[in-house]
Amino acid sequence: MSGLTVESDVDQASAGQRPARRGAAARRLVDRVGRVRELGILVALVVVVAVTAVANPAFVSPQSLRDLLLNASIIALLAVGQTLVVVTRNVDLSVGSVLGLAAFLTAQTFAANPGLPLLPGLLLGVLIGLACGALNGLVVAAGQVPSLVVTLGTLYVFRGLDFTLARGRQVNAADLPDALLSLGSGRLLGIPNLVLITLVVIAAGALYLRAYRSGRELYAIGSNPDAAVLAGIPVGRRVFVAFTVSGAVAGLAGALWMARYGTVDAAAGTGLELQVVSAVVVGGVVISGGSGTVAGAALGALLLGTITSCLVVLRIPAFWQQAITGALLLAAITVDRLVALRLAAALRRSSRAGRRDEGG
Amino acid sequence: MADRIRAVLRWETALVVLLVAVAVVGSVRTDGTFLSGGNLFYLGLDIAEIALIALPLTLVIAAAEIDLSVASVLGLSSALIGWLWTAGWPLETILPVVVLVGAACGALNGLLVTRLGLPSLAVTIGTMALFRGLALVVLGDTAVADFPASYTQFGTTPVPGTNLPYPILLFAVLAVVFAVLLHASSFGRAVFAVGANEEAARFSGVRVKRTKLVLFVLTGAVAALAGIVYTFRFSSARADNGTGLELAVVAAVLLGGVSIFGGRGTLGGVVAGVLLLGSLRNLLILDDVSTEVLTVVTGLLLLVSVLVPAVGRRLGRRVDNSRLGRRVDNSRLGRRAGRRAATSAAGPP
Amino acid sequence: MGQPGTGAARSAPGHPAESGRAGTPVVALRGVEKSFGAVRALRGVSLELFPGEVHALLGENGAGKSTLIKTLAGVHRPDSGAFLIDGRQRRLSGPAEARDAGIAVIYQEPTLFGELSIAENVFMGRQPLRSGRRIDTAAMRARTAALFDRLGVRLDPDRPASGLSIADQQLVEIAKALSFDARVLIMDEPTAALSDAEVRRLFRVVRALREQGAAVLFVSHRLDEVLSLCQRATVLRDGEHVWAGDLAGHTPDDLVRLMVGRELSALFPKQDVTPGEVVLSVRRLTREGVFVDVSLDVRAGEIVALSGLVGAGRSEVARAVFGIDRPDAGEVWVAGQRLRPGSPTAAMAAGVGFVPEDRRQQGLVMDASIERNAALASLGRLGPLGLVRRRAERRLAQDWAVKLRLKFARLTDPVGVLSGGNQQKVVLAKWLARAPRVLIVDEPTRGIDVGTKAEVHRLLSELAGQGVAVLMISSELPEVLGMADRVLVMHEGRLVAELDRAEATEERVALAAAGRLGVGG
Repeated sequence: MSGLTVESDVDQASAGQRPARRGAAARRLVDRVGRVRELGILVALVVVVAVTAVANPAFVSPQSLRDLLLNASIIALLAVGQTLVVVTRNVDLSVGSVLGLAAFLTAQTFAANPGLPLLPGLLLGVLIGLACGALNGLVVAAGQVPSLVVTLGTLYVFRGLDFTLARGRQVNAADLPDALLSLGSGRLLGIPNLVLITLVVIAAGALYLRAYRSGRELYAIGSNPDAAVLAGIPVGRRVFVAFTVSGAVAGLAGALWMARYGTVDAAAGTGLELQVVSAVVVGGVVISGGSGTVAGAALGALLLGTITSCLVVLRIPAFWQQAITGALLLAAITVDRLVALRLAAALRRSSRAGRRDEGG
Repeated sequence: MADRIRAVLRWETALVVLLVAVAVVGSVRTDGTFLSGGNLFYLGLDIAEIALIALPLTLVIAAAEIDLSVASVLGLSSALIGWLWTAGWPLETILPVVVLVGAACGALNGLLVTRLGLPSLAVTIGTMALFRGLALVVLGDTAVADFPASYTQFGTTPVPGTNLPYPILLFAVLAVVFAVLLHASSFGRAVFAVGANEEAARFSGVRVKRTKLVLFVLTGAVAALAGIVYTFRFSSARADNGTGLELAVVAAVLLGGVSIFGGRGTLGGVVAGVLLLGSLRNLLILDDVSTEVLTVVTGLLLLVSVLVPAVGRRLGRRVDNSRLGRRVDNSRLGRRAGRRAATSAAGPP
Repeated sequence: MGQPGTGAARSAPGHPAESGRAGTPVVALRGVEKSFGAVRALRGVSLELFPGEVHALLGENGAGKSTLIKTLAGVHRPDSGAFLIDGRQRRLSGPAEARDAGIAVIYQEPTLFGELSIAENVFMGRQPLRSGRRIDTAAMRARTAALFDRLGVRLDPDRPASGLSIADQQLVEIAKALSFDARVLIMDEPTAALSDAEVRRLFRVVRALREQGAAVLFVSHRLDEVLSLCQRATVLRDGEHVWAGDLAGHTPDDLVRLMVGRELSALFPKQDVTPGEVVLSVRRLTREGVFVDVSLDVRAGEIVALSGLVGAGRSEVARAVFGIDRPDAGEVWVAGQRLRPGSPTAAMAAGVGFVPEDRRQQGLVMDASIERNAALASLGRLGPLGLVRRRAERRLAQDWAVKLRLKFARLTDPVGVLSGGNQQKVVLAKWLARAPRVLIVDEPTRGIDVGTKAEVHRLLSELAGQGVAVLMISSELPEVLGMADRVLVMHEGRLVAELDRAEATEERVALAAAGRLGVGG
């Protein structure tokens, strides 16, 4: 069927051009919304930092800024995995527990085997997380059960497992190899190692979601699950992989958590899932799937982390942190919703006008 | 379809059979301790808050929504009791105020869900953090424990002449109220209709938004009530009271046979689910199992109670692409909520 | 349904039918059976599609067309019978395999990913790659633009698919089909929601595809379109293969007879009633971007039909009158009382009932029982203090089941097990139980069998005889002409014509629906 062309005539021009013009307008609208989100986070970041800096100028010292990035890096890492899951119209609430389990088991392995080289040890953390994520993915994809319920269940199963294995013990920095601890506290070219690792994962996640077929298919699944099936996308397999990657990233985060803090007990990472989901949503990943970027999610994590640090600097009790996290999440989804409603109303008004232009 | 109704009946029968089995195994393993009056009293106490919150949450889930903030409302209510008591308020004033605050928390959830059309999952994950955070703001990490014995005794002594804990008496009364509400009132009919097909409910004149709002408010109020029970039972008001309890409550409701996709479930089933959950926990405690294992078991129960119906749905249907076709039908025809679309099974075209 | 005059108004004369169908069909079904539970959707259906033909698939709603299309698309697998591609028997495991075999389906409402760009929608799963298996965005965009050039349309490959008109969405789907060199193009009622210009553009594209050697299966209810575009047709009735052959020399009436298996006169005509007072009065109702300035009156005992093309805004007017959607301007009065806008409860309290267009999604709670559905609009009347007496609920359902001659096993059965016609009776029972003053019915006989159709017509006529004001939306002209005392026609969101019973002919209504007849006829 190559070489097919359709003669154009007057009628065709009227039918064809207008949509293109309207298309451009609609795209500008959507673009603007997307940019507003990332811009909004940046503005919020600047405002928060500026206000805090006025109260305490030391807040913008290089060391302090480094700490800011360092503190946000674990959440940002988890946010990358979570983005993969959320764009498919799912959610992974078990990441905090997976992090805890991976952190404790890896730390225990290092403590029990003093000669263990760094890389296999870290890989163990990734593998533990991968296994947990695969379990989530299997139940969600094969059982066709809402991911919310599944990962709420595994949140407690993994955490309970963690506590059962730990039996109240904790691994201290003294039990861990020096190489590991220096990985957690060291820097390269003035940038903390953890931040570099996080940046690499963010870049890999962004590249995957933007430039690979299976990455784009995750968006398609979240955007319109039925159409995804009709387009021949292996929906179950893709969702399974998204959960597995989220688990593996959480496992890596667990290993890095251990390297950073040195002391690990079974409670490591408790409640992180809330911060991660908040970061992702604040970062513009739509909770109902189909759109959002890894970079936005990471920025969301940075904003949340910065606010936490500011609370400390401004001597606001740390008790406020959780309430603020919750309020920010609510504000983010509310704003998203209001924008979407506006957009829908604008499209409704423009569509009939466009149709009338075209018609007889 | 008819066999699906039978499947629901089977589910409840299975629960009762399981319950009897657990009771028999339990009393054999513990030489009768399990069924002793004293143990049943503790079983009842242990499950009290879960049982209370499960009642309104049954209606919420039957309406195809979810509320994950219940445990945080419980914590906020506990923290408020401690704070106001320390500030010198009389308990007669504090308790109604706390229930009202719980209702207000529910109203916030409900308004965000109904007025803005936000998914209740996202909203209540947010308010789960918000309400727990407010509890921490109110009370910090301190504990208030100097409540008068005239109140705390309700959490430690049985109703005179029985082995029934007072909170379970409260549960029994509320269970009857909620059963009538769900199964014998126009409100209950509306709840099921909204859960099974929100659009058809709206086209039949059901006030969908108001129905949902009422459900969230009820849930908030009962969660606050559960906070009062919790506080007096342990004679301790803390901001982190009941952390993670939402898991057990959701598990109990789903174990009771309420469909996570809405539209189906019975209050009787949920009562059986609560009792089963309580019995299993109690048995594990009698076996000296740690609370961590309890958590694992509760989590697994939750998984099982969503997986078994899912497997049933799969077996109940022909293993065929036709399901896929019907899913496509649904989405093309209607704007059915996303999570229903994934597994809904309408009839043949 | 259509008369020759309508055909002339819509499109150019058709190509002469080509005969001499040598060689193997590109796709063929032989004696295909498909059942869903107890319902036999396809009973021994055969179909042959040859390269270079546009083949019509005809049948009433519920005849099995959708199932047949989904079987070709790889969504359904036949229970028995043969599925041949290029003469070789195949068993498709899913939509992807159908696509790889060169079969493309364009569903009535195209299945696009709203958040993704048009180019991505065209190439989803098959994006062009560059080094490192990365997606070559530039090539994807260029190839999409090239496809649109071939189709002679201008669409921006970079804009997101959400917000595209149905016609443009179809073009994206056609571009998708071209992108993988589809040899078979299946189009499920593609023209249902298109304007004239859009239909002409679509037909030009389809004819060009045919000349390129593609086989097109075209499903439409507009027989004039079918006769102008298609060379051959296959007709289904109740899941059975009724006829297949050349369309040359056939008239729309022939085809209708084949489809329904009876003469048109079998439809039940409305009895004459002297209309009473105005009961429903709609004044300058507007919902921006959907419909504008709609005013109409319906008197007691009168059946007023709201006609027009799909997408003209008829259902939307009904939704706004009943309060499902809130209008931006205008008023609705029932028996001299102004309704609170956007409130179904207020409309119901004033005596309005509404049988919606989409029975499965809007009319019924499919998983709930017959009695629950029948009582759903009467909940407040079944007991004191907001309680529901089960016996009252059962009696209500029982009474109406008898009155409407509902065929059912048990009232506790889910309404989903009933046939389409009986389901519609349950919807009607739900509203009749409230003894409405005004009944709005949107496509009341869509997808139900002929016998029940006549029953529904008789019922509506009786209701009007009892003084109920009926506002009926229907896409079936014979139904409109047979039932209505007055016909109001909408075009592009506006009322464009009002025809009384004597003036209303198929031609006039169709012309008005196409926007070619002034107000007042």
